[in-house]
Amino acid sequence: MFRRSRTHALITMVAMVAVAAACGTSGPSAGSGGGGPFKVWALQDPALNPIEKASAEGAGGTLETFGNDPYKQKLRVAIGSPNAPDVFFNWGGGNLKEYVDADKIVDLTPVLDENPSLKSAFLPSVLDGAKIDGKYYGIPMRGMQPVVLFYNKDVFTAAGATPPTTWDELLALVDKFKAAGVQPISLAGSQAWTELMWIEYLLDRQGGSDVFKNIRDKGPAGWKDPAVLQAATKVKELVDRGGFGTNYASVGYDVGGASTILAQGKAAMHLMGSWEYTNQLQQSPDFVKNGKLGWVAFPTLPGGKGQPGTVVGNSSNYYSITKSSKSVDAAKKFVASGLNDEKYVQSLIDAGDVPAVVGMKEKLAKAPNSEYTTWIYELVEKATVFQLSWDQDLTADQSTKMLTQLQELFLGKVTPQAFVDALAAG
Amino acid sequence: MRQRPSFWYAAPAFAFFALFAALPMVLVVLLSFTSWDGLGTPQPNGVDNWARLADDGQARDAVGRTAILMVVSWLVQTPIALLIGVWAAGRQRTRAVLSSIFFLPLLLSTAAIALLWQVMLDPNFGVTQSIGGWLGDVQFLGNPSIVLYTVAFVITWQYVPFHTLLYQGAARAIPQTLYEAATIDGAGRVRQFFHITLPQLRYTVITSSILMIVGSLTTFDTVLILTNGGPGAASRIAPLHMYITGFSGFEMGYASTMAVLLVVVGTGLSLLVMRVTGFRSMTSQQEGA
Repeated sequence: MFRRSRTHALITMVAMVAVAAACGTSGPSAGSGGGGPFKVWALQDPALNPIEKASAEGAGGTLETFGNDPYKQKLRVAIGSPNAPDVFFNWGGGNLKEYVDADKIVDLTPVLDENPSLKSAFLPSVLDGAKIDGKYYGIPMRGMQPVVLFYNKDVFTAAGATPPTTWDELLALVDKFKAAGVQPISLAGSQAWTELMWIEYLLDRQGGSDVFKNIRDKGPAGWKDPAVLQAATKVKELVDRGGFGTNYASVGYDVGGASTILAQGKAAMHLMGSWEYTNQLQQSPDFVKNGKLGWVAFPTLPGGKGQPGTVVGNSSNYYSITKSSKSVDAAKKFVASGLNDEKYVQSLIDAGDVPAVVGMKEKLAKAPNSEYTTWIYELVEKATVFQLSWDQDLTADQSTKMLTQLQELFLGKVTPQAFVDALAAG
Repeated sequence: MRQRPSFWYAAPAFAFFALFAALPMVLVVLLSFTSWDGLGTPQPNGVDNWARLADDGQARDAVGRTAILMVVSWLVQTPIALLIGVWAAGRQRTRAVLSSIFFLPLLLSTAAIALLWQVMLDPNFGVTQSIGGWLGDVQFLGNPSIVLYTVAFVITWQYVPFHTLLYQGAARAIPQTLYEAATIDGAGRVRQFFHITLPQLRYTVITSSILMIVGSLTTFDTVLILTNGGPGAASRIAPLHMYITGFSGFEMGYASTMAVLLVVVGTGLSLLVMRVTGFRSMTSQQEGA
């Protein structure tokens, strides 16, 4: 592999030299809003890409799309090079903050101030996802993806169970389903981000939203908060109790894994992002159409400090503008008018997305799958805090370490205390 | 001295090597003394990365796993490849058909192989589930103490055909007269194997071993797709650890430090193997040489 990293480094170095050279000569003309179509980069998504393409091209831009992991790498190398996109898709949070700190991103606060109707068009908790040090650096451009607890109604009926509303009920259900020979919870444990959802919710319910904000803003020492240890201990208890069965460590989300187990009734529950609905609709259409897929909010934790309504997940995705762009003005116009555009929003709804735009309930109610989408919409609308997934909200290096430790915790290879210690050490 | 082609014939190759191998390597060495997140300018930080590498438990574990993978792959692949190769060099009737089947993995791309095994070893829907019973409830990809050997198995499955090909070619080149003489002297097939075939294949064993050793040092794609280093970090071998540090954590400086270490260790190991085995003298043991 080192060969690839070497060539990568070379390309980047060459690119950097080119940028340095370009800076020397093109100083005066920079930011004059030159012509040509602006480039928009987004993540591949068969359902949403055509909509994004139409919207970008309507405003005089072009759209390029990339797969998930290559996208993050490509973006990192491209930004700051002459090939940087003008507008790019991102997740907000700490991930975006790294680019902001490197002074690569255009501050969009003035744009929002000039267009009060734009600012009030989006749900505040979602708009805040791209707010860094009090300034807005991105405008929501896709639907909201909160994490919710899915369940198989048939399995619940057969066991005479009702969906859990509190943590203790969830634990009781684990015992009940185990006794019935069903895996209580499906978990794609070969991928750390699925395990992340559990600790994100548990920490929020246990210690409130400030615990993680503290970690994100003030550094790894924040992991020492007692609530982290309590949440990690709860994870361990759930694992040891057999909540996730025995083979979760090799189950994946992508290859017919965790979702299929739920649909086939081999597992009773599955904590997943809201995209699980569309995923099930494609993989196991009958399961969804016959109304066997149920969903509830993550259980509350009596005695915990967190607000019961808080949700975690991907609040939305955002478009941000690069400072090096030669078409900043055109790009600004695009993000200021294209993303709350009625037609754009309606297309998102038609594609099964739940846009982060206010007053969507009636529109959602008219679209297919309204029972689910309106529920998701209300869940987020009522939430005062929408905690962005930690792996997006932390810087890349911290997030990578955290995910590794988390997998070790789920495997029982480290104790909750060792988990906390390793993370606090930074 | 015999007439040799002018040095300039090699110039394009040298230029290519300098641009795509030597120069990047120099840059990586330079990067290894910096802190760089891929944005902005690399910040020199002296020997910080090297000090960090010296007491980085995760990196040490990753190197340990690479060592295990290297030893296991060599121990398993060499005898299998050698035996199949020598067999395939023979004139049996079934040889052509069976060899084609044995060489099949060679035709598949690494990504296809990794995905194939990932699906086959899936604990819920995989083949291991279908054949059920006698394997028990073994988690080939989910058990941290088994997964590295599963990876070694998949890599073996993937690369044995290639090494078999090396051995087949070399075994074919052994003069038939040696065997004829041995037969006259009354040596059986087993003795012929140990006293003619094996010594004659000596340099092929070395070549193939170096390829295996350096290959396991840089194995990456199979593991990335098959397990992505998991569960936990149980199959996170050194190159993958470097990749994750560099391209998920974006600690390019520190990842370059690991890259330098891998280059040094890889080069060192191949030099060592050549030295120890006397590969450099490369004298032929065949008649008339």
